[in-house]
Amino acid sequence: MSDIDDVEVLLVEDSRHDAELMMRALAKCDVNSKLHWVQDGVDALEFIRCTGAYDGRSFDQRPKLVLLDLKMPRLNGLDVMRELKSDERTKTIPIVVMTSSNETRDIRESYQLGANGYVTKPIQSADLAAAIAHIAAYWLRINQVP
Amino acid sequence: MTDEFQNVDLLLVEDNEHDAEMTMRALTKAHFLNRVHWVRDGVEALEYVRCTGAYIDRDPQQVLKLMLLDLKMPRLGGIEVLRELKTDPKTIGIPIVVMTSSNQDRDVTESYNLGVNGYVTKPVQVASFMEAVAQIGMYWLLTNQAPTR
Repeated sequence: MSDIDDVEVLLVEDSRHDAELMMRALAKCDVNSKLHWVQDGVDALEFIRCTGAYDGRSFDQRPKLVLLDLKMPRLNGLDVMRELKSDERTKTIPIVVMTSSNETRDIRESYQLGANGYVTKPIQSADLAAAIAHIAAYWLRINQVP
Repeated sequence: MTDEFQNVDLLLVEDNEHDAEMTMRALTKAHFLNRVHWVRDGVEALEYVRCTGAYIDRDPQQVLKLMLLDLKMPRLGGIEVLRELKTDPKTIGIPIVVMTSSNQDRDVTESYNLGVNGYVTKPVQVASFMEAVAQIGMYWLLTNQAPTR
């Protein structure tokens, strides 16, 4: 088993600053979940589909959660969601949008495409850490995936 | 318009009175002041969401932050409720978490295929049950954003 085969959280985030804050917050939570960070939608799809740089990854090792930013280079979050949620092989993987946008249109469109949840990134880092703790407690400990 | 369902954030769809009461008690114990409305089967759940039947006077602008949905219920089961609500563009955005005693893989997979937002197997131990409900509240009532109308 390669070291990316037991990843439970896929973080899709182009901002290094935000990604580091979120990873630090998750590390403080009472979960032992391994996280893998990718910086855009193309890498996210390759990870899930085990293609490109992730060619050797086992497709059966599905993350318990994809934390997905919306605005990203190359391929944005809504396009990633459209791809994953319209594919029988990947539609059951929980996706939580985590973005700085709280525009009604983004929220509505995310749910229409099948987002499992939607969280607006808090601006204060203490609030962001609290949000990550709630996300981790629910999605990694309480929620059940197929 | 006075609406007795104003500010209801959580619709609890559960035929078992004991489980329903324990869920509501767990939320209160975790200091959630959100209003909960409890219905006992899928028919009532659909009437509530669609503002029909007994809920004809409910204000459709009042949206839920969460529906907690049992699977095995009389009249109309949870799977059918999911199928109805998640195939209708008007209701697809309502966050629905299945909470059931079944952890059969078939139920989990079917729920996700129908578009469920989350799936929780009811813990048997009371303390674990209370804890699970508290975490559900922390995420779905405090952290997650549901669509507005």
